[in-house]
Amino acid sequence: MAVATVRPGVDWRTRLQDVLPKLVLSPSLALILFFVYGFILYTVFLSFTNSRMLPSHDWVGLANYRTLWGLSHWHTALANLAIFASLYIVICTAIGLMLAIFLDQKIRGEGVLRPIYLYPMALSFIVTGTAWKWFLDPGIGLENTMRLWGWETFTFGWIKDRDMAIYTIVIAAVWQTSGFVMAMFLAGLRGIDNEILKAAQIDGASTWNLYRRIVIPLLRPAFLSAFVILSHLAIKSYDLVIALTGGGPGRATELPATFMYSYTFTRNQMGVGASSAVIMLMTIAAIMVPYLYAELRERDR
Amino acid sequence: MSTLSQNPLAGPALRAAPVPSQETAVRTGRVTRVFIYLVLLLFALFYLLPFFIMLINSVKPLGEITGGNMMALPREWTVEPWMAAWSTAQIGVQPTGLRPYFINSILMVVPAVAISTLLGALNGYILTKWRFRGDTILFGLMLFACFIPFQIVLIPMARTLGILGLAGTTWGLVLVHVVYGLGFTTLYFRNYYAAFPTELVRAAQIDGAGFFRIFWRIMLPVSGPIAVVSIIWQFTNIWNDFLFGASFAAGSGAPVTVALNNLVNSSTGVREYNVHFAGAILAALPTLLVYIVAGRYFVRGLMAGSVKG
Repeated sequence: MAVATVRPGVDWRTRLQDVLPKLVLSPSLALILFFVYGFILYTVFLSFTNSRMLPSHDWVGLANYRTLWGLSHWHTALANLAIFASLYIVICTAIGLMLAIFLDQKIRGEGVLRPIYLYPMALSFIVTGTAWKWFLDPGIGLENTMRLWGWETFTFGWIKDRDMAIYTIVIAAVWQTSGFVMAMFLAGLRGIDNEILKAAQIDGASTWNLYRRIVIPLLRPAFLSAFVILSHLAIKSYDLVIALTGGGPGRATELPATFMYSYTFTRNQMGVGASSAVIMLMTIAAIMVPYLYAELRERDR
Repeated sequence: MSTLSQNPLAGPALRAAPVPSQETAVRTGRVTRVFIYLVLLLFALFYLLPFFIMLINSVKPLGEITGGNMMALPREWTVEPWMAAWSTAQIGVQPTGLRPYFINSILMVVPAVAISTLLGALNGYILTKWRFRGDTILFGLMLFACFIPFQIVLIPMARTLGILGLAGTTWGLVLVHVVYGLGFTTLYFRNYYAAFPTELVRAAQIDGAGFFRIFWRIMLPVSGPIAVVSIIWQFTNIWNDFLFGASFAAGSGAPVTVALNNLVNSSTGVREYNVHFAGAILAALPTLLVYIVAGRYFVRGLMAGSVKG
């Protein structure tokens, strides 16, 4: 709590000191209020108008939302997001947890392995997409290499296959972020009090039971953080799809983020684009708001 | 759910070793250990392979790529693809290479990182040492701003930049990245300063030191580690951004990620894979270098970003 409170009769300098903190904070606050919350309101407003190439202010009610939910294109994007997000979250969490537990066994060379697992996180999704696009290309990538090495019948053409292309996005995204999830779990593991583990071992718990019954339940906060971060990354995924498949073949890897972009800026259906953005925001808010609220309340106590 | 309290990477522990390795109480048998090492090495291979393949194929002549094995080392080494990617490759309609766009990215990232970090430091200082009614709500509003899907601001932002005359310019992107990076930088400094004894600030106040004097003389000198975290996080995020660059500066003002995507995805005629790879590595080089030099801090930034509050 601010110690300095306004007393009557104090000189201007003291009074300036009292308002200075709020004065210095206000530009940041103004930026956030205008560029984040003002913009959100404006996009929500646009989603109720018949905006096409340019924003229009003619109110059309829920028409854009009705159009949106009637589009097979949007349903494809949502179905893809469901497949992508669930696989991405589950696989990243599984790999991250396994690597963290393994690395926590007093591994020689941990200092070398950890940065190797993590470096993809420093790369742009465009770089990742460029690398994997080519690696997965049947003509010159993995399939070709396996055949040249003598496995003549080896086939791996997912990236060109409408039914399988979405899984190539999962592969590249897991490659990029699973090391990060590993770091989160490792920090959690290193925070667990060793006395608990020792006590359990003296009581005769097997290693498997130790992890299943004691360690993994203690990692609950890390699981929650991983889930929140990964799900929000999944919903926002845009760059990787553009670089890896461009949304194709056909619409096979279209996600809500690419849908919004193409409807707004290339198909000139800004109203529909805005309504899809609103739905994306609501999905993320449903995950983030309770999480942030709980964390901030915890801190305030 | 206070992940913070048991997270050695947050708060004052920043001055300690990155992840303090402690004696693990769990004992494992020999067969298990061999298995563990095997899995760990396989994953190391998985993470290294794509980058390694890009690297060796960026120094091969094109013929060796299209007609050969991607795993094979070059028979004939060449730096031509690197030269082409840097200064002569076709980006859009101009044969400029990535160089001008690389410079755009630098001109964008330096002011954006500096401004957002400085504002974040001031905000964190105010939100912890000059607290007032409702400050947690304000912080919550700033924090939520980090996680919005940016699609929700694209349309009004495009209009606003147009009105301000900043459309297609590097300064426009600086503004965008400052605004949407503020939440993270504020978060970092707030968490860090929360652990700093408020009594010291009060004592300085009684001695007559004002708001800015305390900030410069007392807070900033101890802010080294968190400033590095904030700078690295912002640098990596802004350098790697694609969505904002593609939306607001698609032409000659484009950042390097957008130019790289143009190089790779819209080339007509012969696909020069080796040039694409050299370009991709060039675009990745700054963030990779930062990661190699200051990786410990990079990890802390990621962690602090995932552990809010």
